Amino acid sequence: MAGTEVKKEEADYKRLHSFPLIRHTDMLEEMRVETMELCVTACEKFASNNESAAKMIKESMDKKFGSSWHVVIGEGFGFEVTHEVKNLLYMFFGGSLAVCVWKCS
Amino acid sequence: MSISNAAATMKKGVPAQKAALPGAKPTKAAAKKKEGAVDNSDGITDDWSHGKGLIKPPDQLELTETELNEEITRILTTNNPHAPQNIVHYSFKERAYKPTGVVDQMVVLFELEGSLVHQDSDEARRLRAKGDLPKETATVATGTEPDEEKPDTLGTLVEVDEAGEEDRPDSAASKADMEPKATNQFKFSERASQTLNNPLRERSCQTEPPSRSIFAATANQWEIYDAYVEELQKQEKNKEKQKAAASKKDTDKSKKKPMLMETQNDDLTKVRKSAKILERMVHQNIFDDIAQDFKYFEDASDAFRGQEGTLLPLWKFQYDKAKGLSVTALCWSQKHQDLFAVGMGSYDFSKQGRGMLVHYTLKNTTFPEYIYPTDSGVLCLDIHEQHPLLVAVGFYDGCVAVYNLKKKGLEPVYKSTAKTGKHTDPVWQVRWQKDDMDNNRNFYSVSSDGRVVSWTLVKNELVFTDIIRLSGAVSEGPEGAQQPGIACGTAFDFHKQIDYLFLVGTEEGKIHKCSKTYSSQFLETYDAHSMSVEAIRWNHFHPKVFISCSSDWTVKIWDHTINTPMFTFDLKAAVGDVAWAPYSSTVFAAVTTDGKVHVFDLSVNKYEAICQQSVVAKKTKLTHIDFNPIHPIVTVGDDRGSVSSFKLSPNLRKKPEAKKGQVQPKGPEVEVAKMEELLSLLREPEHGTA
Repeated sequence: MAGTEVKKEEADYKRLHSFPLIRHTDMLEEMRVETMELCVTACEKFASNNESAAKMIKESMDKKFGSSWHVVIGEGFGFEVTHEVKNLLYMFFGGSLAVCVWKCS
Repeated sequence: MSISNAAATMKKGVPAQKAALPGAKPTKAAAKKKEGAVDNSDGITDDWSHGKGLIKPPDQLELTETELNEEITRILTTNNPHAPQNIVHYSFKERAYKPTGVVDQMVVLFELEGSLVHQDSDEARRLRAKGDLPKETATVATGTEPDEEKPDTLGTLVEVDEAGEEDRPDSAASKADMEPKATNQFKFSERASQTLNNPLRERSCQTEPPSRSIFAATANQWEIYDAYVEELQKQEKNKEKQKAAASKKDTDKSKKKPMLMETQNDDLTKVRKSAKILERMVHQNIFDDIAQDFKYFEDASDAFRGQEGTLLPLWKFQYDKAKGLSVTALCWSQKHQDLFAVGMGSYDFSKQGRGMLVHYTLKNTTFPEYIYPTDSGVLCLDIHEQHPLLVAVGFYDGCVAVYNLKKKGLEPVYKSTAKTGKHTDPVWQVRWQKDDMDNNRNFYSVSSDGRVVSWTLVKNELVFTDIIRLSGAVSEGPEGAQQPGIACGTAFDFHKQIDYLFLVGTEEGKIHKCSKTYSSQFLETYDAHSMSVEAIRWNHFHPKVFISCSSDWTVKIWDHTINTPMFTFDLKAAVGDVAWAPYSSTVFAAVTTDGKVHVFDLSVNKYEAICQQSVVAKKTKLTHIDFNPIHPIVTVGDDRGSVSSFKLSPNLRKKPEAKKGQVQPKGPEVEVAKMEELLSLLREPEHGTA
């Protein structure tokens, strides 16, 4: 019983927590929405390969907003980065992923 | 041609040399040049063509001496090796292809149309006729040729630029201009100098790098989980709130809708009302001290002044556009105690022009409440007692008009015209009467043309009835014929109780007691003044008493049953207006042209004014005075267009002192009795003497 409940909860959690949650950003509205969508697309496309997802995000961002962008995707990490003002996005996605995108050239 | 070419190369060559050796002297340069030429031409040199260098094409074959000396024999034929030899023509005659025997062997390698024309040829003559050729044979560009200087050779040749094609006359002319500049090869040397190059300078700047900031965070599973849980809780809360807000909004909307409708319908009129209120509030604040004086101040010093009293100046009413006009009429509204009307015009015969009717209220003393500009000067006005919106106005041009304050626009609602019996002279007084039998409003007017006219407001016209024609003293003409003179009416007043009885003052100083029923006879005539009567007023309380004033400096009080004045006061200046106080039968005020207001209380002093106060600047004449029906203030108009208001000090409105334990009687009877007492005092000695 307990096991099923835990599973149910987990499923619930997965379902409920699948949305992208922006933890911190200083981007402008337009850029933020675009970046967030890009992150979601990349993470869904490469669900099992964070490296590819990060690569995709970085390359797209470089094209759209100019170099040089840096992307970190992972389930657990700590960081301290220097970024250009109004060019940082730190978000959670899918309940277990953290994505940090910033620009620093 | 070869010579000219040589010249050209020389020309080119000299600057090149000079550029190579900018500092060298020309002689040295020439020497060097010669050496160079010798080197270049492999020994083939001409003395005179010292500037000539052998120019080799870059791809020239390098041949050895033997190869150069080798003889190559060429036989020239007239046959064109490229000419076709198998050309056939279809011959219709023989109906077969026939080879053509002879083929054209000529090949044109180069063609150049000549630009030289013989002087005596036909073409030259034609060109000359056209005017394309210069009259004189010009010296030609081939200036280096030594032969050129011989006139013979020059004479035979004429250079024509581009042969026949050239037909622009200006180019020929310019050519002729250019030609003399051709240089002599033997004397010519060219010079050149180099100018200083501008120094180069370097300049650079550096922009600030885009601002940066540092961000640090740790991402791990529990933090991510916590963030999501928190967010979900927030969202739930928001949902609840939104639901509540939505239900609220629904109720709000139903309320708001009618509000919106109202605001949409709203226009300036609504704002105007609140603006008016605000304006009045502001005025109340600004003139708070005056308002306090008006309401509460009682001059304590009156107690030590004995009988005399003073006038306390309050507001002054002025309107910029009415500057230059003088106040010709003043009338308080009986119904609205803060509102009064002012008629503006001029008493000066030579300065007649526009006029103005303005209404002021005590609540806004800086700007009139109503303004009606008029074409002619206003001379008199009266506000209807029951209907304060209706204002009757008499003009200098003889018209009378009725304004309705509620009606929009600046025009009167009724106005008399020449057709409808307007006066032919200035209207000096108008006065509303009680409504007639048909409940129509009506008023009376008096004018210098000697008529007293009753005007009735019927639907949309003004109907007039002549009440009386004033015939004055019968003057005797030079032939002894008697001419009935016209008496010019200047003032009138209607008896407060007896409906038909009224008094008319005239220009020659007489006062006629008339009845509305007799149009040609006077009930009585008083020889009142020696100059024109300015105002006549019945006493508010005593039915027999009236007062009159005149430019002859006097104010007289009459009992209309007696032919002689009861009181006569000399005010030492022409009296403009006189008015009874509404609160006492024995108090009246008069204004004089020397700028003084005189207030009398007969029950206090029968001989002198109890207040005599100069209230305006020197040389300003006072024209009219009127008491407020309720408040103890008077308004005084002057000939500069401003109206001043004054509060009467306690002494001027003192009630007879009550004896101890005695109830103070009140009411009009008391006032009548007070006046009667005075009159009886005057009558008795007369009776006694008589």
